[in-house]
Parts: sequence; structure tokens; C-alpha cells
Amino acid sequence: MAKKVKQQIVNNRFQYSTDEIIEKPFNWKQMLRLFSYMKPYGKDLLPLSIIMVLINTGIRLIIPMLIGVYTLDKALVDKDGNLLALLVGVIAALYVCSYIANYFRIKWMNTLGQSVIYDIRKHLFTHVQTLSHKFFDQRSAGSILVRIMNDINSLQELFTNGVINLLMDIILLIGIFVILFIMSPELTLAIMILLPIMFFISTSLRRNIRRSWQTVRLKQSKLNSHLNESIQGIRITQSFHQEKENMQYFDGVNTETFESWRVASQKNAMFRPIVEMTNAVGTAVLIWYGAHLIQTDTISIGVFVSFAFYLGMFWEPISRLGMVYNQLLIGMASSERIFEYLDEKPIVSERKQAIALEDIQGHIEFEDVQFSYNGKRTALNGINLAMKAGETIALVGHTGSGKTTIANLISRFYDPTGGSVKIDGQDLKNVTLASLRKQISIVLQDTFIFSGTISDNIRFGNPAATMEEVKASAKAVGAHAFIENLPNGYDTEVEERGNILSVGERQLVSFARALLANPKILILDEATASIDTETEMKIQTALKTLLKGRTSIIIAHRLSTIRDADHIFVLDHGQIKEQGNHDELMNNKGEYYHLVKAQFNMLDVV
Amino acid sequence: MDTFKKLKEYYWPYKSYFLWSIGFLIIVTAITVVYPIFLQITIDEVVLKSQYNWIPYLSLGFIGIMLIKGLATYVHQYTGDLFGISSVYKLRNTLYEKLQFLPFRYYDNAKTGDLMSRLTADVEGFRFFLSFGFSELIRFFLLIIISFTVMMYYSIPLTIVTLISLPFLAVATFKFDKAVHPAFRNIRKSFGKLNTKVQENISGIHTVKSLSREEFEVNKFNDSNGDYKNKYLFTSKIWAKYFPLMEFIGNLSIVFLLAYGGYLVINDQLKLGELVAFYSLLGYIMWPIMNLGFTINLFSQSKASGERLLEILEADNEIMDKDKPIEASRLQGKVSFRQVDLKYSKDDQDALYNISFEAKKGNVIGLIGPTGAGKTSLTQLLSRFYEPTSGEVFIDDQNVRDYSLKTLRSNIGFVLQESFLFSSSIKANISFGRPNAEMDDIIDAAKRAQAHEFIMELPEGYDTMLGERGMGLSGGQKQRIAIARAICINPSILILDDATSAVDMETEFQIQRALKEVMKGRTTFIIAHRISSLKYADEILVIENGYIAERGSHEQLVQNNGPYQRIYEIQFQDRDKVLETYTG
Repeated sequence: MAKKVKQQIVNNRFQYSTDEIIEKPFNWKQMLRLFSYMKPYGKDLLPLSIIMVLINTGIRLIIPMLIGVYTLDKALVDKDGNLLALLVGVIAALYVCSYIANYFRIKWMNTLGQSVIYDIRKHLFTHVQTLSHKFFDQRSAGSILVRIMNDINSLQELFTNGVINLLMDIILLIGIFVILFIMSPELTLAIMILLPIMFFISTSLRRNIRRSWQTVRLKQSKLNSHLNESIQGIRITQSFHQEKENMQYFDGVNTETFESWRVASQKNAMFRPIVEMTNAVGTAVLIWYGAHLIQTDTISIGVFVSFAFYLGMFWEPISRLGMVYNQLLIGMASSERIFEYLDEKPIVSERKQAIALEDIQGHIEFEDVQFSYNGKRTALNGINLAMKAGETIALVGHTGSGKTTIANLISRFYDPTGGSVKIDGQDLKNVTLASLRKQISIVLQDTFIFSGTISDNIRFGNPAATMEEVKASAKAVGAHAFIENLPNGYDTEVEERGNILSVGERQLVSFARALLANPKILILDEATASIDTETEMKIQTALKTLLKGRTSIIIAHRLSTIRDADHIFVLDHGQIKEQGNHDELMNNKGEYYHLVKAQFNMLDVV
Repeated sequence: MDTFKKLKEYYWPYKSYFLWSIGFLIIVTAITVVYPIFLQITIDEVVLKSQYNWIPYLSLGFIGIMLIKGLATYVHQYTGDLFGISSVYKLRNTLYEKLQFLPFRYYDNAKTGDLMSRLTADVEGFRFFLSFGFSELIRFFLLIIISFTVMMYYSIPLTIVTLISLPFLAVATFKFDKAVHPAFRNIRKSFGKLNTKVQENISGIHTVKSLSREEFEVNKFNDSNGDYKNKYLFTSKIWAKYFPLMEFIGNLSIVFLLAYGGYLVINDQLKLGELVAFYSLLGYIMWPIMNLGFTINLFSQSKASGERLLEILEADNEIMDKDKPIEASRLQGKVSFRQVDLKYSKDDQDALYNISFEAKKGNVIGLIGPTGAGKTSLTQLLSRFYEPTSGEVFIDDQNVRDYSLKTLRSNIGFVLQESFLFSSSIKANISFGRPNAEMDDIIDAAKRAQAHEFIMELPEGYDTMLGERGMGLSGGQKQRIAIARAICINPSILILDDATSAVDMETEFQIQRALKEVMKGRTTFIIAHRISSLKYADEILVIENGYIAERGSHEQLVQNNGPYQRIYEIQFQDRDKVLETYTG
């Protein structure tokens, strides 16, 4: 019993979300929408590819007949050397045609497929750029990445080969059937008893096998999730000396994967033998009944041989149809996820008659602003405030009191649910987003550095800036010295999470970036990251330069910033509790006073 | 070959699967060639000689033989798969074990993405070759040899004429493979770049939007997207160039066969059925030849995969228990460092120089200094995550090397700056270091870490699942769970590495309160930037560039005219100014 409990503990050590296997009914509307991406190529690439496929398929259909009925029956049995030469010539010529057609088929089909994939990806990416913060806050970067990259890639096979193969295979099947029927209806009917068996195999058996492989993939993705996590958390594992326990867990996952794989491969191994058996039965029927028909002079040897060839060709298209169906299912699943994003509407959209905001002074007003992120919980409730141009404003309050929301409304990442936000008297709902955001810079707590050179990063908000301007802004925030000390100075390549720059240095680079963009309004989400005291001093000095001459809204954590602000708003549960400058608020002995006191008390606790 | 020899211990235990698979493969291949012979007999012996009474035997015999082939195919494929997946099972377990025990030093230089690609793609490449590639090579030779023999048996001149184009086919195949693999690599590279581009854009989307740079980003994306498309089309051009050519060369063989074979039939030097059999056999040879390049490439790729796996398997574990280590259930917690130097690797500068100090049981040691000064390294020597280059580290007057790692690590609790939580329930995360802990112990640890209250407010309490990387909890909540996890093992030494810096003030307040309670009775190392966090430490070490620049109690250090006093003044000038205002 105790052993069992222990095993259970081991198995529940880690738990990963895995997708359920769901097979949905086929969605025709969605398929049409997906295929509408081929429309731009409907006049050139698509018909051209189809013509090449038709030529190819035609030749493949004719050749066995030429060899069987004409070469064998007419030339060889009748011993006609001239006819043989002629037929060989014709066959060679057809092969040359097929060579050429094949070349263009591959070329055009790939161009078509890749162009469609390019278009879909471009469409999706461009659309995602217009979506609001909310969209990105609700999803991890990884899950968005998977849709833009992997989901679209899984359509690749469908668009390059799938659709056209579908056409080719249908033609091939019908063609074979028609030719066989013309050559000998009796023999055709006799052999056609195989068709239902073949279809059964390629649908039912295949589905069964496909599901087994899905299980394998799920198990494997669990295994990979754990591997990934165990590498990232290795320091914790070793700190707590849990290597052996982890190994027990992993052995469980590994065994599960092995077992699911074994089952799948057992089923999979049945596939080919069954297919071949079916073919064998077909051949047996052909030999038996065909020989009987030759005996009664109903068919010739050539027809018999052609039948043998065509029979060999029958399985390929049926099998491929099954594959295309698989691709289609995968494609549908992917496109469903892609369309889900494409159908997502930007929360903030421009009005048609929106005007470009002229150069602003930076006077901000909130008039009775209401806001809720999800319609249920109010984030802001009746906010009235005025921020004068050029002032430094500090927003103070507990987590969730509405500080960040106010900042988000000013740069119009969201529109207020009630009331209005105005800059220089202009309601933000009436202006274009680009003209507004060009005049606002936001320096985020989590400084993001793009891969590229340091100067690219500083220039990000103002790509036209000259090198002198870049250097000037770096000097102004005190970043110049450390940048010059990097191996290639301003041309040093940095990476997204690269550790060439320390946290403090990244902060300074982002200050330089904001300064170079030269905004009228600056929003700053003060960092709480681990920075040593010397670096913190530098950042404080840089901040003073940055704030000069603009309306600055700071979501403040540091006392020194708060104290120096021209105006402080103390927020609580989406409402303004108090406002004024530091001295006024301290004298009030209200909310603010208690907040400051609490912080000092805390410092003394330990 | 050396690679496969070194990896032998993973696949050779399953050699019986492999041998069965190959045995049945021989049967399968032999029977494959039977089909054209049946066709030939039917035409030449039955139809042309009108011996129709043979027909039933022929048909039933054919079905019988195919039945055997079907069974053989099944056994061949299934045992082949088993060979691959069994080996991979063993290989994976060994790799995982290896990864569990590799030292911090290894992970300092390893990238998760790289390790993951070895553990997934390379393991898969290895499996695919074991399951498929090996037998495919053997099948190739078998098919060629048997088909060739049968053809030669029917007619030697016709065989020569028919196969005259095969060398060309082989050349085309190899040229194709040579051209197509770099092209595929370029596709993968371009895809990787596109991937990075998109990932960066999404991670930095707030920055992009706040600077209104969407259009710029879309243009950059279009470049990468277009490059990917072009790389792909370049590859498909290679396909378009070679694939029809290869098919054409194969078809030429058919034309030769028909021309010369037809001529032979007309002159009665070859039977009609033999010609038909030839035609069928040709198909069997053609496909494996076109595939040969693929198979050979599979071989070289799996060899490369094997090498990458061996790099992990052969990495040095470095830090292990010595023979007969000391096993103690509980250490007291007295710590001393004697002239400790630490270098991460030979070419690096020393991370620590000549560190000596003593901490009595229950003492609190504060560590302060600039980022990268060596504070974290110092604490990691205690658990033997690294080993000193020279000097010695003692716990309870015994060199740490003499203890078993289990004794050492189950007595030292770490709380790091960025708390890593596993995808599991809160309960399992807290009891991570003591999987058999009772629920009461878990709750007790959570209470001491000030985490119980918020855990109970979660919909499923202690059974709440934390997603990958513990999403859904705030930084402060995660940190408190990490503290509970450390307390749950009831360590005698506690290390708080910058545990409270990445959270806001109010959370820090809560965590500090939690820590004060937790530190009681344990030797504690606190790494911090804020003086307030460590001013009550029994001894404070100021670390700069790997040296102890200053040491002493808070009271001594504030008047020492050193770096500590400077930090103190910067941090507390704030406070004094504010105090002036509200007292005055």
C-alpha cells in the first residue's frame, strides 16, 4: 500500500497540460476560406500547374496501354518490327513530354504553394501587429509564435502538393477505371470487388493508426515539456537533491512513450501487409479469371498484361488520397487556430474621420473616466485629473489600484468605457493612433532590447536620427561611457536576452531610446529589478535629464522619484484618494503619509 | 563507425529484435521478386502454351506466397520498430540521468534550446536510423542482387542493355543529394531567422506599439518572410531540375527494354512473359536507387546525431560523492571558509580570491556588493555546486567534500532571486525537496513563508496547478512558495540570494516578515543590495571583484569610510530628507 502511495507521489510530481484528441466534423466553410488564399493565382500559376498535372497524368495513364495492348499484342505477338520501332519512338517521345511537364509542375506547384504560405503568414503577422495589449497579455509569446510559425507551416504541404495531388489522384483513379472498363468490362468488374476493401483500409484502418500516432505525439510532447522544464529547473533540482526522484518520474513518462509507440507501431506494421494481401487477391483474381478470359478469347494477352500494370497503379492514388485527407485534417486544425487570430478585432480602432494630432503641448485631462478590462471588475472609477504640460507626475498606490491603467489610457492602448481622455483639449478617440503615439514614449519596467547593434536599439523610436544624435542622447543619460567600453562601441551586437548588458545598462539604453524619440509625453514604469546602489544612482541622474521639458507620468516605486514629482496622485481601487505634492501630502497625514511611513517601518523590521 | 561503436551499449542489448527484423527482411525481399516470375509463368507457360489447368494452383499458390510475405513484412517492420524504440528508451533514460547530475559549470555554458534539440531531434534521428535506415541499406543490396540475378537468368544481353542507364541514374541521384542538402539547411536557417524575428517582435510588442513602429516591424518581417520563401523556392528548383531527370533516366531504361527486348521477342530469342517480368523487375530496382542517396544521407545524419548525443553522455560529471562519504541526517550549521579561491574555467579570471570567514551555528551573514562581484558564487561553494580552485570550505569542521551530496544538499535551503517553480500543484512544489512530506508539514512551511493565506484564497488551494513556469501567480507569491519549499526541508543552513529584490515594496515587506521568522535557529546567508535587508546580520561581508573588501557588523561598517558607508549614505539620504519633512 505504502509503495503504491509512493508511486502515486512520483507520478504526480509534475503535471503538464496536454491537448485532448478531438476529431471535429469537417468544416467546409473554413476550407473555402482557406482556399480563397489561392485566388490571386487563379489566372496564372494555378491553371498552369493544373495543365502540367493533366499532361503528366495523361501520359501515365496511356503508357501501360501502349505497352500492353499495342506493343505486346500488335507488335510482338504479330512480330511486326516496324510497328515496334514506331511504338518505342512514341513512348520515348511521351516520356520526354512527361519530363518537361514534370519540371514545370514541380516548379509552379512549389511557387504557388510558397506564395500562398507567404501571403497567409504576412496577413497574420500584419494583423497581429494591430491587436491590443489585452490580446498579448492573455497569451504567452510562445503560443503566438507557434501560430505564426508552425501552424502556418503545417499548411505548407497541403498547398504545395496536397490540393493538386488530390486532383491528380482523382483523375488517375477515374482514368484507370475507364480504360480498364473499355478494355474488358468483365475483368474490370471482377477486380473492382477489391475497391471497397481498399477504401476500407485507407479510411478506417488509417484512422485507427492515425489515432495511435496522435497518442504517441501527446506522450512525446509531455516528455519534451518535462525535459525542457527539467533543464531550466536543474539548479533547483540539484539544490534539493531530487535527481533520483526526477529520474523515477522520467522513467514513467519514458515508459508511457515507449508503450504508446509500441502499440502504434504494431498497428502501423499491419498496414502494408494488409494492403499487399489485397493486391495479391486482386492479382490472383486477374490470373484466374483473366486466364479464363484469354482461353475463351474474350481478351488478348496484351490486355491481360495491361491489367496487371494498372492493378499495380491502383493502390498509389487511393493511398495518397488517404494522405491528402490527413493533411487536410491537420490543415483544418491549423487554419482554425490561424483564423481565430485573424478574427480577433483590435480593441482600439481608428475612426474613419480621425485626424492627425498636431504637435502637442502635453496637457492631459481625464474627465470622469470609467474603465474595466473585462466588463466585470472596474479598474478605474470616475477619475478626474489634470496633468499640466511639462510637469512630472507620480502615480502611487498598491498593486491593482489603477496606476498602469491610467498610463495605458493616455497612450490609447485602450479606450475608456466611460468619460474621456483629452490631450491639449482634443479627445483621443478622434485622433489617429500613429500621430498620438509618435509623441508619447513609454519606458517599461521590463526593458526590451532588440537584437541588433546598440545604436539600432537607441534609434528604434527615431530611425532617421544621425549617429551624432544617437551619441548625444546616450551622453545625456550617462550611457555613453559604458557603450564606448563595449568591444565594438555603438556597433556592438546585442541579443534579446543576451547578457552583454547588465540590467542597469539596459535601463540606460532604453532611456537613451526614449530621449532620442523626443516625445512630448513620457510614461515611465519604474523598475524594481535587482540593481546595485551605484548603478541606481546613475539611473536616477539619467532620469532627471530625461524628464526635463516634458509631461512625465511615472508609475513610481522609488521614494526619491515620488518626492521630486511636481504632482502626486494616490490611487486606491480605481479612485484618486489624494493628490498634491510631497510636502502637502505629508502634512495631510492621510493615505500617502501612511504609505510612506509603512515603507520606513518595513525597512526597520528586519 | 566509431560513433556507433560507442553507442553500442544502448542498442546492442536489443540485438535479437534487430536480427529477427533482418531475417524476415530477407524473406520479404526474396518473395518480392516472385511476383514478376508468376507473371512470366502465367504468360509463357499457361497462356501461350494453353495449359489452363495450371491456373488454380498458380492463383492459390500466389495468394499463399503473398500471405507468407505479409506475415514476414509485419514481423520485419514491428521488430525493426521495437529495436529502435527500445534503444531510444534506454538512451533517453541514460541521457536524463546524465543531465540530472551534470554540474552547474556545464549548464553555465549550455543553452536550453541546444540541449533540447539534441534530446529531441538527435534522439529521433538516431531512432529513425536504427528502425529504418539500417534495414533500408540491407534491403537495397538484397533487392539489387536478387533482381539482378533473376534478370541475368532470363537474358544477359537484355540485362546489360536495360541497365546501361543505371550509372547515370546513380550519378544524378548523388548530385541531387549533394545539392539539396545545403539547400535544406538554408531553409532551416532562414526559418530559424524568421522564427527569431517573430519571437522578438512578440516579446517586445509593448515597446513596438508604444513607439508606433508596427509598420517598420512589418517591413522587417516581410524581408525575412520573403527570404524564407526564396530559400524554399531555390530548393524546389533543385527538385525540379533533378527529379524529372531521374524519372526520365528510369523511363529510358523502359524504352531500351522495349526496343531491344521487343526485338529479341520478335526474333524468338526471348519469351513474351520474360519481357513482362523484366519490365516489373526494373521497377523494383529503380526506386531503391533513387532512394539510395536519401538512405546514405540518413546514415551520415544519424552519425552526426550520435556524435552530438555522445557529447552529452561523455561530459564530465566532476562533482561526485567520494568513497564512503559521511552520511548525517542533520548538520549543525557551523560554516567556515579558509583561503578559498574560485575560477569558473581555466582562462577566466578568478571569481573569488582568498575568502576566509567563519559563521557560528545560527549566525546571519550578510553579503553585499556590485552585481557580478562573486556573492552568489560564494554561497554555491557550500553545496558543492562548484568546487574551490584552492582553499577549503568546512561545515561543522568537516570539509564539504567529505559529506555525501545528499547530506549536504538536504541541509542547505536555497531561495533564489528568480524563483523557478515546476509545472505541478502548489503542494508538490512546496514538498519538492521532501516528496513524502505530510500535508501538515507542507501547510506549516507555507504558513511560515506567509504563503498559506493566499494559497487558501486560490480556487483549488494547495492543489492549484502552476502552469509552465508558474504562470498565474505574482512575483511575490511565487517567491513565497519558493521560500516555503526551502523551509519544507528544514535546512540548517539557509541561503537567500537576492530573494526580495524583484518585487514591489509591499510584497517585499511581506516577504521580509516571512524571512525573519524562518531564519530563527538556522545559519543564514543573505545576499542583498539594500542595507535594510542585512543591517542586523552578525557579520557583513562587502564583496568587490571577488575579494572581501570590508567586513564587520553594520555599526562598524557605517563608520569605516569604505564602500559600505558610501552605499549606506546613498540609501539613507532619501530617508533622512523625508523624515525631515514629516517630523518637521
